[in-house]
Amino acid sequence: MDLTLAIIVTVVGASTPILIAALGELVVERAGVLNLGVEGMMLIGAIAGFVVQFHTGNPYLALLSGAAAGTAASLIFGFLTLSLSANQTATGLALTIFGTGFSALAGSSYSARPVTLMQPLLPEQLADHPIGRVIFGYSFPVYFAFVMVVAVRYFLHSTRAGLILRAVGENDQSAHSIGYSVIGVRYLAVMFGGAMAGIAGACFPLLLTPQWAERMTAGRGWIAVALVVFASWRPLRLLAGAYLFGLVMTMELYAKAGGGVLSVIPSELWAALPYLATIVVLVLISLRRDATTNAPACLGKPFLPTN
Amino acid sequence: MPYRLELTGITKRFPGVLANDNVTFAVKPGEIHALLGENGAGKSTLVKMIYGIMQPDAGEIRWDGAPVVVPNPKAARKLGIGMVFQHFSLFEALTVLENIALGMDAKIPSRELEARIRDVMTQYGLLLDPHRTVATLSVGERQRIEIVRALLVDPKLLIMDEPTSVLTPQEVEQLFDVLRKLAAEGCSILYISHKLYEIKALCDSATILRGGKLVDTCDPKQETSRSMAEKMIGAGLKDIVRLEGRSFGQNKLAVSHLSTQKAGHFDVPVDDVSFTVRAGEIFGVAGVAGNGQNALLDALSGEIRSDKDAIAIDGHGLGLLDTTGRRKRGLCAVPEERNGHAAVGDFSLSDNSVLTARDRLGMVVMGLINSGAARTYTGKVIADFAVKALGPASTAGSLSGGNLQKYIMGREILQKPSVLVVSQPTWGVDAGAAAAIHQALVDLAAAGSAIVVISQDLDELRALCDTLAVINMGRLSPARPTKEVSVEEIGLLMGGVHGATEAQDAIPA
Repeated sequence: MDLTLAIIVTVVGASTPILIAALGELVVERAGVLNLGVEGMMLIGAIAGFVVQFHTGNPYLALLSGAAAGTAASLIFGFLTLSLSANQTATGLALTIFGTGFSALAGSSYSARPVTLMQPLLPEQLADHPIGRVIFGYSFPVYFAFVMVVAVRYFLHSTRAGLILRAVGENDQSAHSIGYSVIGVRYLAVMFGGAMAGIAGACFPLLLTPQWAERMTAGRGWIAVALVVFASWRPLRLLAGAYLFGLVMTMELYAKAGGGVLSVIPSELWAALPYLATIVVLVLISLRRDATTNAPACLGKPFLPTN
Repeated sequence: MPYRLELTGITKRFPGVLANDNVTFAVKPGEIHALLGENGAGKSTLVKMIYGIMQPDAGEIRWDGAPVVVPNPKAARKLGIGMVFQHFSLFEALTVLENIALGMDAKIPSRELEARIRDVMTQYGLLLDPHRTVATLSVGERQRIEIVRALLVDPKLLIMDEPTSVLTPQEVEQLFDVLRKLAAEGCSILYISHKLYEIKALCDSATILRGGKLVDTCDPKQETSRSMAEKMIGAGLKDIVRLEGRSFGQNKLAVSHLSTQKAGHFDVPVDDVSFTVRAGEIFGVAGVAGNGQNALLDALSGEIRSDKDAIAIDGHGLGLLDTTGRRKRGLCAVPEERNGHAAVGDFSLSDNSVLTARDRLGMVVMGLINSGAARTYTGKVIADFAVKALGPASTAGSLSGGNLQKYIMGREILQKPSVLVVSQPTWGVDAGAAAAIHQALVDLAAAGSAIVVISQDLDELRALCDTLAVINMGRLSPARPTKEVSVEEIGLLMGGVHGATEAQDAIPA
């Protein structure tokens, strides 16, 4: 019983940052932009969040600065790919490399200096009972992620702004000719993606390991990108996928630690499972003959107005 | 009464081109006004300035008598200008309702919008299900969305950019009814087209542009199609020259019981198609887009394989061969999509020649490209077909649509194929270039080749072809000599069973 509860708590912790980052990337991709710099933006958000937490001890301020730093990083990407029409794939990869290096540099004097973890959001009394703890015992980002899933879904499918964003990702030339600002919409989407990645990054020192370590996001940004495809660009599937991936990542940790049955499968295979699962989902989607992948039609294509 | 729209001295310059040079004309309320001109004459630029997509460098636009600046399409719609684009600005993955909502500036609750859409649809007989996804609709239905979208804002001026190029004769007549009804209610219509008989049937006046300059404003009912065409191209129009009463040779291409598999949700396969084309014969396949033309072309060209004997040249079955194998046997094909299918936009013309002519003209020796031969051949295509390009090294994507089409047609025709299959040979090509392409096809046939022309342009097919058949939902009607079939009959066949109930609506030939 205790082990199960412990596993659930770990899964929630592991899933939350990838869910937040993937939600941001989902909005970005729905607008037709492929930002592969999620990992880099997360690292920049992580170091920003860590530094603010270290000096102020205010985790909300830390999350906010993570968001701001992620947004700033995403603006570099936005300027290059949207204003200058640079190749999105290459720019995104460069952003990840930059984020890795920049965060390592900025964090070099902070290594091995602990911060306090973020406290649970709700009053302790609610979390007294083990079951209560599993439901009410988390800090703010966990609930924030859930709220954002609903909010993003509502935004995309029930608001006019969401319709415009989908239209821009579906057919940029048409959106332009009707009179919508394709570049403007995409900038906003990219900035949202950056903010979410930054918050996701800041979750690492605030939720998971209360210190700074280089590359502490450990490839979770890539899992977030894969997750968006796995969820075929739908927020609710994203929620399910994030928790499934979180479960798999937790299994990997237990396997590494020599956790009995789990270590039958090598931990490397566990680590590869999210990616394998994404490929399987893609294959399954392609096998359905008449179905489209639901991918935004303009994903990754630079927008150059023809008239 | 002031003019609805008045343009005075409109000039627009692009780097190296004067797109509009001091253009002046006016449209009255309730008038259907045609804007005529070849490709590149400046029609699109002009309407883009009226609709606020571009700004004029000089000149004045007056609206209901008052000078206005139209900074963007939103401002144009606010004035009461609606536009139906030639290439629909629709979002395939979204529903009809969502598409229309995107085009509306005012935020209308979707339930109210749906009610208004249904009102407009019943008022003008434009029937559509608002909740269908656009990707599942035919081209004619897609156009209706655009029209409904434009009508929802109660326009005082409706701009129609080449609206009929994709419609059946019956659909064209329905569209004209809608436009006449609108005009009777006082809405002005600016109608861009190069189909002169349509302009004669529909329009009250016509403004003709050539090379960015205004040539004439005339009453199309007082003009002949020929006189307007000559004003458009600025020279006498050449007729297709062909020897009358020539006879055909042996059966060249024989297609028997050809069927293809459905390749995707929106694909229309061909279903048990049989026909034969003799040496020297031009065989036309009419039909509304999306009735299996793509599958037919792919099956003939070799992109889709079939049974060995389903397709035969001179009795030799080719069905199992791929495109390269069929080209070697003398079957060349030109698909409809110029950029990306018939030619690679980022490649030079020379390299594009290598892609289809390498085997027939020996441009590849031991795996090495003989680039000299490719250049020489490409130069010959450019010269013989009057392609406006800097030279064989120009990229295909840098050519205008009409010029690229001339190059592609030339590239295949000069290979002297024994069977040539072409789809939409003059789509989006101006009258002068179209005449040149038609003449080249007739000459190729006269030299003994069998030619299959797949087109939606009935005028083109009737002028060009010796024999006609109609494709509808993947099935081909029996072939008949062109002289013996009327436009109504073809129109009915194009509409299939559905068309038979609308026989009374058929337009007179």
